[in-house]
Amino acid sequence: MTSVVLVEDLVLLRDGLTRLLSTNGFEIAAAVDTGPAFLEAVDAHHPDVAVVDVRLPPTFTDEGLHAAIQARHRRPGFPVLILSQYVEQLYARELLSDGEGGVGYLLKDRVGDVRQFVEAVQRVADGGTAMDPEVISQILARRSRRTQLAELTPREREVLALIAEGRTNAAIARSLVITTKAVSKHIAHIFDKLGLPPSDDNNRRVLAVLAYLNSNA
Amino acid sequence: MDRAPGWPYRDNRFHPRSANRGPGPVITLPIRRSVGRLSATTRRVPVPGRAAGAARYGAALLAGGFLSAAAVVLLGLALGVLVVSPVAGLGLPFLAVMTWLVRPLAAVERRRVRWLTGTPVATAYRPLRGPLLTQVRTLLADTGTWRDLAWLFVQIVAGAVGLAVLAGLLAGPVLAVMTPFWVFYSHGSLSKGTLVLAPLGAVFFAVGWWACPRMPAASARLSRWLLAPGENARLRGEMEHLAETRDETVDARAAELRRIERDLHDGAQARLVSLTMSLGMAEEEFDRDPGAARQLVVDARVSARAALSELRHLVRGIHPPVLTERGLGGAVEALALASAVPVEVDVALDERLPAPLESALYFVIAEAMANIARHSEATWAFVRLWPEPGKLRLMVHDDGHGGADPARGSGLRGIGSRLAAFDGKFTLSSPVGGPTELFAELPWHQ
Repeated sequence: MTSVVLVEDLVLLRDGLTRLLSTNGFEIAAAVDTGPAFLEAVDAHHPDVAVVDVRLPPTFTDEGLHAAIQARHRRPGFPVLILSQYVEQLYARELLSDGEGGVGYLLKDRVGDVRQFVEAVQRVADGGTAMDPEVISQILARRSRRTQLAELTPREREVLALIAEGRTNAAIARSLVITTKAVSKHIAHIFDKLGLPPSDDNNRRVLAVLAYLNSNA
Repeated sequence: MDRAPGWPYRDNRFHPRSANRGPGPVITLPIRRSVGRLSATTRRVPVPGRAAGAARYGAALLAGGFLSAAAVVLLGLALGVLVVSPVAGLGLPFLAVMTWLVRPLAAVERRRVRWLTGTPVATAYRPLRGPLLTQVRTLLADTGTWRDLAWLFVQIVAGAVGLAVLAGLLAGPVLAVMTPFWVFYSHGSLSKGTLVLAPLGAVFFAVGWWACPRMPAASARLSRWLLAPGENARLRGEMEHLAETRDETVDARAAELRRIERDLHDGAQARLVSLTMSLGMAEEEFDRDPGAARQLVVDARVSARAALSELRHLVRGIHPPVLTERGLGGAVEALALASAVPVEVDVALDERLPAPLESALYFVIAEAMANIARHSEATWAFVRLWPEPGKLRLMVHDDGHGGADPARGSGLRGIGSRLAAFDGKFTLSSPVGGPTELFAELPWHQ
């Protein structure tokens, strides 16, 4: 059973998330409400994944994000799913900047779609990514320019956006109505154009997403 | 990426990528078109050389002469007013026309004085508003009007006296030297008495040598003394400016609140009502038709999601969360990341600004960046914010096609009123063909 540490300061949401995750086959190792308590809980329980709210006491700024980055610093690749009332590309970039997998960044609204949310938590726990479609659409809204991304065909860009959301090849094939073989070919081209050396596929996916997030820096 | 070739300034210190983060360079911008009020201290009067000084002196004298001549004409008008005023209803229009003519003349004199002395002469006329009669009344109650008139009289007298003195000083030595010769030729003998005139001529010459360069300066001092408003008028001018900007701020705030109320009322609130309805109906349907109940619950969730999304947009418009969390630097960086045009950001602040200032600057920058994305067709832009002693300076530059008109577009007006609330001001330079540059500064003490 996947064990989860939950970090959320609002009791209403903490209880809701606890109920939602435990009825869907997760074990709640701890549910805490501050950054330091979160780090302690990670040390004490060695959970498989953490679900963290960005805004936490005492400063009510981006404490959760900092704590999550710190936790990943101590334990590289420690899976973290950040939940927030809004998403900023800036934060997504910071989360992914260590180049490790196991990162999720979702709007709190997504909790409403229970099945997709549970899948996202599991995917992050397994080392995958789960970027909110809103982060993706922020990037798509821009004209792309003078980056390696400009070399991608529109279809390859679509595929990359779906990779960023954390979809599997099969899911990408379904949503674009193409074969999984075609998807693999697109992905190979993307990795090639972004200059990502052959390595563990999961890691390359993260790096591709990072390139995607950095596309105007 | 290296943008140096496209950089419009020769001095590389101004490049946003340069390492200079010191007290900040003094930037003199090529201001081609400006809105708002430019601080007078940004223009410096160069110290003239000897030849330039002589030319300047001559020009100032000439300008003074013309001013005096114009003043004589106006004085004639003023006398006309005195004569006509007993005729009912004619005195007032005459006075108004008179003032209308004196003001530009006084403005010319102010420029002359500033040009001569290097320091501007303050003005503090009361703003003219409302119906014509109210305007005339304001005009008459304004001490500035009477100062102008007093200056007019003094200018005529001083001009005449100055001219006489100048003529005397120039003609004196000539006459003193010529007289003995004249006497010698007409009488055939040298009169000893006339020889006394020679040293007198020398004295005249010395006095003239000393006085001539000092006369314009003296006249400038006199004009400044007469034209510059007194402490009361200055304070009243300041007070009126403050009242005006406060009114603007209050209006903007009220309009903002109305917009938020309307958005909440028609958006999130309405969606929550529909959500409650769906849930209520689902409760009824549960036993009778579970399939229909499920559909209603799905509808409720769709409504909830839409309400959340609307609230998120609303919150972003009121006070972006990233501003709370990261301060101005982070928030502007987030803006740049989301911008359609590549934007470089250099916010050189060591500490968080007070929240109201932070928010005002954020929205000013957001507006400027939105304008760039919408109208400029720029391929590159930068935002730079840096502190200087006593103030904060902001510069937003893009390499677009220029031609931005500050008179049109509520966005630029919004920028003005947001800055005015903090006694800040901005200028916009946007020649056709680009680049466009917005330059703002506001008082700030660390």
